Amino acid sequence: MRSADVLRFAAGSATGYPLRTFLMVLAMSIGVAAVVMLTALGDGARRYVVNEFSSLGSNLVIVLPGRSETGGFNPANAITGTPRDLTVDDAQAIARAPSVLRAAALTIGTSEASYGGKLRDVTVVGTTADYFLIRGLTVAQGRILPAGDTGLSSSVAILGAKVREELFGAEPAVGRMIRVGDRRYRVIGVLAQSGQGLGMNADEVIVLPVSAAQAMFNTNTLFRILVEAKGRDSILAAKDEAAAIIKARHDNEEDVTVITQDAVLATFDRILGVLTYGVAGIAGISLAVAGILVMNVMLVAVTQRTGEIGLMKALGAPGHTIRNAFLTEAALLSAAGAVLGYLIGEGGALALRLMFPALPAYPPAWAVIAALATALGTGLLFGVMPANRAARMDPVQALAKR
Amino acid sequence: MALIELSAIERVFTLGDSEVHALHALDLTVEAGEYVAIMGPSGSGKSTLLNLLGLLDRPNAGTYRLEGRDVTTLSAEEQARVRRERIGFVFQSFHLVPRLTAAENVALPMMLAGIAPAERAQRVAKALADYGLADRAGHRPDQLSGGQRQRVAIARATIMRPAMLLADEPTGNLDRATGEDVMALLEGLNAGGVTLVVVTHDPVLGGRARRRVMMEDGSKAEDTGDR
Repeated sequence: MRSADVLRFAAGSATGYPLRTFLMVLAMSIGVAAVVMLTALGDGARRYVVNEFSSLGSNLVIVLPGRSETGGFNPANAITGTPRDLTVDDAQAIARAPSVLRAAALTIGTSEASYGGKLRDVTVVGTTADYFLIRGLTVAQGRILPAGDTGLSSSVAILGAKVREELFGAEPAVGRMIRVGDRRYRVIGVLAQSGQGLGMNADEVIVLPVSAAQAMFNTNTLFRILVEAKGRDSILAAKDEAAAIIKARHDNEEDVTVITQDAVLATFDRILGVLTYGVAGIAGISLAVAGILVMNVMLVAVTQRTGEIGLMKALGAPGHTIRNAFLTEAALLSAAGAVLGYLIGEGGALALRLMFPALPAYPPAWAVIAALATALGTGLLFGVMPANRAARMDPVQALAKR
Repeated sequence: MALIELSAIERVFTLGDSEVHALHALDLTVEAGEYVAIMGPSGSGKSTLLNLLGLLDRPNAGTYRLEGRDVTTLSAEEQARVRRERIGFVFQSFHLVPRLTAAENVALPMMLAGIAPAERAQRVAKALADYGLADRAGHRPDQLSGGQRQRVAIARATIMRPAMLLADEPTGNLDRATGEDVMALLEGLNAGGVTLVVVTHDPVLGGRARRRVMMEDGSKAEDTGDR
């Protein structure tokens, strides 16, 4: 029997029982669609988090005050006091290390900003010009903080896009004086709109020189020191150097925690990657169920078509021809289900992206290939037993039925 | 050389713990071109004999030579090939594939034999025209009358130009007039040289054959062709 004929014959058998075919294709497509959609969701979440971290800057090393005994980030750090403060001088010392390109001191607090009778709460970020370079922040109007200037003398401020809009409306902001807390600052720039950054919306901040912010909050301690290594290869060296410098400056005590962005990223990447595999596995169960359904339906088909199988044998079809015809039918049904499921899954992922634009919910290529291959594989695998049963059928008994 | 030579055929079925001798020490020789009716009451072994002749069943003992070749020892694959090329079946209940049209049903054996679609279409068209079914080519079995269905089945059985036609109660599901037409058709084919073996319990139908084999308890009780 020619392959084209086998294919046409199997397709004819499949379409000859439309309800049965529809149900089976539906079951298979639900399985495939579940895999495609759930992995799109999982992988979307992973990519979202990774993107958020990447937007902090590249080749980033973060120094935070306080030592966590077990290593890694400890929530206790955020509450308890630290033995020695991180200072602007620490940041400047780190900036001179050989593997470090630049380092920015960072202090954060909240205050009120007012202009022309309008008042709003803002997050005040005290930092240096290097912060803009490390985080890749750009200004839409005016300029960034003057380089190297950490002195009290410069009472300048850079507004986030939303702060500018709410305080100034249509008025030009650059060059005006605004009040933050109990001091007045000259607006020298407005940040370009950047959207959500992890934990902090850059559109709702006011950036001041670090010493001005420290004066405002009456402290000389820093929230973080952001360090940019000279390149990807020097991240670890920069981390060690930063730790050594702080240790030397803090009476030989390791009272800071130095983490690399890569390590944090890798951890999130791993956790969310495993999560994606997990949901893919759960969705895969529905594929296995669909496979069993294929077997059930094919067994029913063999029983239903006993007379036809007997006839085919009487007409001189050898066992393998009959087996091929049934296997081809199972494969066709599975393939149709896989393709339909893929389309449904992609449609679902598209709907997810439309509903949550921040989430890049694209199904990963490996999941799509795995789902389609599993659908075809289970279809064929579970089709073998019914096909063999058909092939082995005794023609005399098969013909006697019907 | 005889077309069919059965010698010392035994066919035993096991039902529970009892053995039933469906065929016992059966010898039968049929020459090419003969018209044989196999008759007998139900349970006499005539259907088993037909299945054996059609290579759908194997004897427990004895030899079956078809056109001089021992076919009892052939593999299932080779037997399928013999069925495809040398044997045509006509069944009481027609056994048409319900989802296929008349033309597709007739083309089925050629499809199984791997004959090219163009040649298939040509031969099917000719066969349907020969059997007066040209205007029914695109109809499915449930759109055909009983007589038309059986003619489609006969067209299918003869499309590979077999050496013998095995018909199992070919008129059993037809009214008398239609049955008469179908028998005339089969006898016409026989006149054209095809060996025709008809199984029936109807003495009138059996009486039309030139040779009658009466079966009883798995053996020949009477054979008008015995020399």
